[in-house]
Amino acid sequence: MNILKSTVCPLRCIPRFCLALAMLCAGQAFAQDPIRIAFIDPQSGTFAATGESGYLQLQFAADYFYNDKGGVLGGRKIEVVALDNKGSAADSQQQLRRAISEGMQFVVSGNGSAVASALSTAIERHNRRNPEQRVLFLNYAAVDPILTGADCSFWHFRFDAHSDMKMDVMTSHIAANPAIHKVYIIGQDYSFGKAVGDAAINMLAAKRPDIEVVGNELHPIGQVKDFTPYVTKIASSGADAIITGNWGGDMVALARSIIDAGLDVPIYTFYAAYDGITATLGEAGKNKIRLVHNDYANPVTNDVRRAYTEAFKAKFPHKDITQPRLATLLQMLVGAMEQTSSTDPFAIATAMEDMRVTNMTGEEVWMRGDDHQAFQPLYISVHTDEDIVFDADNSGFGLLTEFSVPAADTIAPSSCNMTRPSQ
Amino acid sequence: MFEVLIFATLNGLVTGLLLFMLASGLTLIFSMMGVLNFAHASFYMLGAYFAYSISLYTGFWPALILAPILVGVLGALVERYGLRRVHKSGHVAELIFTFGLAFLIEEAVQFFWGRATKDYRSPDILDFPLFTLFGQNFPAYKAFMIFISVAIFIALYFVLTRTRIGIIIQAAITHPHTVGNLGHNVPMIFMAVFGVGSGLAGLAGVIAGPVLTTFPGMAVVLGSIVFVIVVIGGLGSLAGALVASLLIGLLQSYAIASDLGMPDLLNWLGVSFERDHPLNDIWRLTLPQIAPILPYLLLVLVLIFRPSGLFGKRES
Repeated sequence: MNILKSTVCPLRCIPRFCLALAMLCAGQAFAQDPIRIAFIDPQSGTFAATGESGYLQLQFAADYFYNDKGGVLGGRKIEVVALDNKGSAADSQQQLRRAISEGMQFVVSGNGSAVASALSTAIERHNRRNPEQRVLFLNYAAVDPILTGADCSFWHFRFDAHSDMKMDVMTSHIAANPAIHKVYIIGQDYSFGKAVGDAAINMLAAKRPDIEVVGNELHPIGQVKDFTPYVTKIASSGADAIITGNWGGDMVALARSIIDAGLDVPIYTFYAAYDGITATLGEAGKNKIRLVHNDYANPVTNDVRRAYTEAFKAKFPHKDITQPRLATLLQMLVGAMEQTSSTDPFAIATAMEDMRVTNMTGEEVWMRGDDHQAFQPLYISVHTDEDIVFDADNSGFGLLTEFSVPAADTIAPSSCNMTRPSQ
Repeated sequence: MFEVLIFATLNGLVTGLLLFMLASGLTLIFSMMGVLNFAHASFYMLGAYFAYSISLYTGFWPALILAPILVGVLGALVERYGLRRVHKSGHVAELIFTFGLAFLIEEAVQFFWGRATKDYRSPDILDFPLFTLFGQNFPAYKAFMIFISVAIFIALYFVLTRTRIGIIIQAAITHPHTVGNLGHNVPMIFMAVFGVGSGLAGLAGVIAGPVLTTFPGMAVVLGSIVFVIVVIGGLGSLAGALVASLLIGLLQSYAIASDLGMPDLLNWLGVSFERDHPLNDIWRLTLPQIAPILPYLLLVLVLIFRPSGLFGKRES
C-alpha cells in the first residue's frame, strides 16, 4: 500500500512547486539560494496531524523570526520542505536520501524514536562515507534516552527533554501526592513505550517504595481500534493513577475510553494535548489529564511569547503552538550559522555544542556538548478551562501549569561516548 | 477476575458487532462482483465525517439517518460511473480501482476536514452510564451500538431470505445471466447492493466515530481487519461474517484481558532463560501485547486448514 502512495504530495504544496518553477525560469534562483531544511515527519496516516502541525510551526518560526526580518547570513531565506515519512523508519530513510540528493544539509524530525534512531544511524553512516556532503540531524521531539545515550551521534542534536528526564519530573509529582498508592503504566509497544515503563518503575521504587505498580502494559502502536478492554483491566487493578507515553490517535482513544468507563483517576501523559486531542477530551477530561512538557502555555508571562502566539493564531486560526522548541531549534541553528558565517554542518555542530540561548519564553536553554542533549525548565500542566488565555483547538480548554522544575534540576549525567569526526 | 470476564465479553460484543456492520456490506459486494472492495473502510470513515459535519448543524439523530444515506448514494455513484466501466477490463482492474479509491478518499478527507482528530461526540441523551458493575461504567451509547448492529443483522437477514428482493439478489449472486434473462435489471441490482453495502459501512462509521475517535487514520486501522473477517467467515456468507466478527471481537478482548504470556508457558514447561538471552524479547511476550495481531494469525490458520472459510460455500 505504501509504495503506491509515496508520490502523493499534499495538495497545498503544489503552489510552492509552481512558484519555485517560475523562479527558476526567471533565472533568479542563483542570487540568494534559500537555506533548505528537510522536515521528515508523518504528513499522512495515523499520525499526520502531529507532523503537519510541526511543519507549519517550523516554517512559521522561520518566517517570523528570520525571513520577515531579512533572512540570515546576509539575506538568505530559510525554507522548510515537508517530506512525508508516514511515520515509518524505512520511508524516512528514503526521504533522507531524497533530501541529500537535493542538497539539503539540515534534517528536522521528531515524531517517533524508531524513526529518529533510523535517521541518526543513516546520517552517521552517510557523513562518514561522504564527508563533502554532510547532513545535520536536529531532533525536536523523539525522546528515547538512548538517542543521546548509548546510541549518541555527533550529528544528532536533541531539543526536547528525553523521557527519563520527563519521567523524573512526573514521578516527583506523583510521589508528592499521598493519595496515590497504585499506578498503572500503559504504552505503545516500541522503544519509547518500553523506556517509559522501565523508567517509571525504577523511579517510583526509589521515590515512593510504598507505591505499587499494578500493571505495565504494551499495545501495538497505531493498531488498537478500541481501548475499552485495556481500560477494563486498569479498572479491575484498582489503580489510582495512570502513566502513559501514548501520542497521536493512540492518546485520544485511550483517554476517551478511560473517561467513558467513568474511571476517576489522574492520567499522567507526555502528549495529551493539541491537534484535536484537547477538544476531544473537553469537559470530561478536566483536571484529570496532566502532562509533562518543556513549555507552559498558561499562564502567559512573557510578551515575546504572547506576540508570537497571537501572530501564529492570526495566520492559522485552527492551529496551535504545540512545539515552541522548534523556535529554539532555529535560534541555535541560526546562531551557529551567524557565528561561523557558513552552513557547513560540521562547523555548525561544533558551534552548537555548549551553546546557551534564551528562548522566546525568556528561559535559558543549554545544549550540552557531551551528548548533544538540551536542558530547559520542565513543567507539569493540567487540562482545564479555568485561567486559560491561550486555549488549544479553540475549545476553551488548555494547559495550566501547576508544577515547575528549573533546568538545573533536570540535568541527568551523560552516558554518551561520542566518536567525533576530525573536521 | 469475574468482572474482567464480564466486561471483556461486553467489549468483545461491541467491537464484534461493529465489525459485522462493515463486514456484512463487504461480503455482499464481494459475493456479487467477485471483487474485494479495498475502499470499503473508507466509506466507513466518510460516514463518521459526514455525520460529524451534519451533527454540527442538526445534532446527532438526523445525522444518524442522513450520513449513511449520503454515503450509500456516493457508493452507488461510484459503482455506476466507476466500477461498472472498469469491470470490462477484468477483476484486477477493479481491484486496483478500489485500491486507488481508498487513497483518494483518505486524501480528500484530509483535504476537507484536516488531519486533526475531530470532536465528534455521542448525543447527550445517551451520555450516561447504563449500569455500573464493580465500579466500572458501561456507557448507554455502547448498548445503543449493540442495539443498532443487531437490528441491522436481523433486517438484512430478513430481507435476504424472506423477501422477493432478497431472492433476486441471491439469485443474481450465483446466476447473474439467468436472472438477467428473466427480465431483471442485474446492473441495477449490483448498483443497489453496492450502495446499501457502502451505506452500512457509513452507518458503522456514524455510530463508531464518537467512540473510536474520528480521524483520517480510522479507515486504515479498521480496513485490514474487515478483510480478515470476510475471509474467515467465508466469502459471501452473512452468517459467516457475523460469527467471524464476534469471534474476532471476543478473541481480541479476552486476549487483552488475560495476563498470560510466554513466561507462563515457559514456567509450565519448566524452561527458563537468562535475561540477557538474545531472544529475550520473545520469551517476555505476553498475550495482551500481541492481541491485535491474533486475527491475522487466525486468518493464516483458516486459509491453511479451511480455505473456503468457516461458512463459505464456494472455493473460488
